[in-house]
Amino acid sequence: MTALLEVTNLSKRFGGLQAVQDLSLTVNAGEIVGLIGPNGAGKSTVFNLINGVYPPDTGQVIFTGHDITGKQPHIVARHGLARAHQIVQPLTRLTVLENCTVGACFGRENLPLAQAHDVAREAASTVGLGDRLGALAGTLTTGGKKKLELARALAARPLLLLLDEVLAGLNPTETEGMIEIVRKIQQSGVAILMIEHIMRAIMSLSDRIVVLNVGRWLAEGSPQQVASDPEVITAYLGDTALINNLEERA
Amino acid sequence: MIGIFASVIDGVLVGAVYGLAAMGLTLIWGVMNVINLAHGAMIVLGMFMLYFLASVVGVPAYATIPLVAVVGFLFGVVLYWIAVHRVIGQPELMSLLSTFAVSMIVIGFGTALWTTSPYNVPVRVPGITWESYTFTGTHIMAAILAGVIAALLYLLLYHTRVGKAVRAVSGNREAAELTGIPTTQVLAMSFGLGVALAAVSGTLIATLFPFTILSGEAYQLKAFVVTVLGGLGNPAGALLGGIALGLLEGMATPFMPVSWIPVLEFVLFVFCLIAYPRGIFAFVR
Amino acid sequence: MRRPFFWLIALITILLAVVPYVTDDVQLRESLLLACVYIILASNLNLMIGYAGYVNFGNIVFFGLGGYICIYLVDTLHVHIVIAVLVAGIAVSALALLFGLGILRLRGAFFALATIGVNEAIKQLVANFEPWGGATGIYLSLDAYGQLGGPMQALWTTYLLIVLLTAASLFLSFFIKNSKFGLGLIAIGQNEDAAAVLGVPTAHYKAIAYSISAFLPAMAGGLYFFKSGIIEPGGAFNLSLSIEAIVMVMLGGQGTVIGPAVGAFVYEEIRGLLLTSETFSHFQLVIAGALLLLIVLFVPGGLIGYVHRRWPKTRRWLE
Repeated sequence: MTALLEVTNLSKRFGGLQAVQDLSLTVNAGEIVGLIGPNGAGKSTVFNLINGVYPPDTGQVIFTGHDITGKQPHIVARHGLARAHQIVQPLTRLTVLENCTVGACFGRENLPLAQAHDVAREAASTVGLGDRLGALAGTLTTGGKKKLELARALAARPLLLLLDEVLAGLNPTETEGMIEIVRKIQQSGVAILMIEHIMRAIMSLSDRIVVLNVGRWLAEGSPQQVASDPEVITAYLGDTALINNLEERA
Repeated sequence: MIGIFASVIDGVLVGAVYGLAAMGLTLIWGVMNVINLAHGAMIVLGMFMLYFLASVVGVPAYATIPLVAVVGFLFGVVLYWIAVHRVIGQPELMSLLSTFAVSMIVIGFGTALWTTSPYNVPVRVPGITWESYTFTGTHIMAAILAGVIAALLYLLLYHTRVGKAVRAVSGNREAAELTGIPTTQVLAMSFGLGVALAAVSGTLIATLFPFTILSGEAYQLKAFVVTVLGGLGNPAGALLGGIALGLLEGMATPFMPVSWIPVLEFVLFVFCLIAYPRGIFAFVR
Repeated sequence: MRRPFFWLIALITILLAVVPYVTDDVQLRESLLLACVYIILASNLNLMIGYAGYVNFGNIVFFGLGGYICIYLVDTLHVHIVIAVLVAGIAVSALALLFGLGILRLRGAFFALATIGVNEAIKQLVANFEPWGGATGIYLSLDAYGQLGGPMQALWTTYLLIVLLTAASLFLSFFIKNSKFGLGLIAIGQNEDAAAVLGVPTAHYKAIAYSISAFLPAMAGGLYFFKSGIIEPGGAFNLSLSIEAIVMVMLGGQGTVIGPAVGAFVYEEIRGLLLTSETFSHFQLVIAGALLLLIVLFVPGGLIGYVHRRWPKTRRWLE
């Protein structure tokens, strides 16, 4: 089975900093792959390289068999790759519905306005914003904005969803809710590549985990394998709570 | 050939002043991500301050500079609080319009007060003669002063605590705030500094050429071209960019009617922005 | 068609067209004609400022260029005014598309400055272009009005055509705002990078918007200068009017459909009052600037924005 997303030998340097070095990973249809690593490991940069925000210095990104390396973000979006950012970017003066409609209109299916509204409504209810369709995006709480970011990406009916720390800044109840939403999304057939620091969540959600350290591939495997990998533990050394978490899972 | 040579040298001299004119603009942009469309108006105010102080009150021309700097600084701080403070976090559109509005108000008042007639401040400085060519004293003086002020700016930014604070806020405002720097005050001061630089450059330009209330526009365009050549937020680059522009003007003036020079500069401006968004002299930091 | 606002525009258009005829008031017609020109300029400018978030400082270049092309066609090539106007509109939007693809790569103030540069550069070019009368411009001979049945009749016909263009501008704003293209454009205006990641083809959409925003003003320019009988570089590429158009958009409410029209109308009234007063006529620019500053600082949504916030129900029908 050919992978949905195939990243090979990706590298990117910013001035004096080698942000990503020789990274390869794959995501198969329908699976959740977690991308973890200490702060500064280059995870968000990897996302930027995949969805076209920066062109990589070397390497290839192949999505559904198409070479999308270095292609512009809007073209990548058309191929069916959507992204929810770590720092949310709501279109503040538009309503929740309008925000999601943008996703539906310009995403994979390139829908006309009327149908896009329906898809948008659906996406909004999936994340639990179904009753706030008319609210201006700027008026939502942090949790609401995070949900909107996700709904917008969903509305594009993507094949692969890039989630960048979608749980950051949420209280425990919201976190539980969001974890459920991510599961629901996977069940609907969308593959997910997610960056997360909340170990408990990413360990329980992911089918596979890839560990990054200083821009390089460190380890890969099932959550259990990764949690008991001595190199991974060394990389996270200093964060005993994290290590306890990992060991708990093993 | 020598004629062109003289023209070129003169261009470099005047270019140093252009560089100074751009430094204020690039500083403000670098620190707070605001593009000051009132910059040209500030340059004009500097010009008229020279006229008022030198021709009306009788202060020696170059002695007005410290006074202009102080007045410019205070005016800039006030301007920050009136027109810029509220729009800092908002989309760029807003600060563009607010600074532009200030420009309209200042130029509007200026036109009412001084009309659009040309003003001139005669300044006598002996020139330097070489072969059969005389390099105008005022041009040499202006270039030297521009260099001195640029050096002072460098000292301020890199060898004082205040300068450190300014650079910290330029880099990352939130982080600077967290380390205890009163960022709003730093922003106000930086704006004041930028306006002071603009005003002083106006004063220097007024020692070189006659001017009207509408001269600001042309010099603002030059300042923008220089800023783009030198890379935004890069005062050293601005000086180099200014000299480069002066050089270009020096080379072009013998061959081109004066009214076409702004058109050439505009083309250069757009070309640089599209081809070299970080500035041709961005390597100078 | 089902939206109430559509009928509001239709009503305004009918009133504009009919009232001067019924009252046979030439002064009213002239005043309304100017208001219509302002509405056309502001509404189309709004596509860039209010929707796409790009400030086109030099927007008057479309008006002036359209005027020149049209006058030249009518005066030298004896083309019928309606055809000349259409050709002017198409030519200027085609040029705008070309230019747009280049300068729309620039963000924020750089784009704004580049548009001023475009205006000044074209003014300079035209002032040196002999076939278009150079610095003195073109004087339209009176028999040019023969094609419309003489000067008197021509003035009325021109007025009607301008009202048509005004209606077209409002309907255009309206349809774009409620279309997929408009949604993409507004997304760009809110956050261009986010829009790109969502799949909006930002570069294309911006260029198309820029080109569309040139079309009707160019035609309006053609009609306006045809009616005036004379065109010269300073009056055609008048940067002040360009700036005032921005003030009108902000005053009325950028991003709404009716806002720029309201702003244009209100501004024209204020301006008219100021020009008649001896003390204030010198301060026109100051007042416009002060107005712009106050709006940007305190009421960025303009008059209509204020109405929307105060009475949220109006959002539905007052677009």
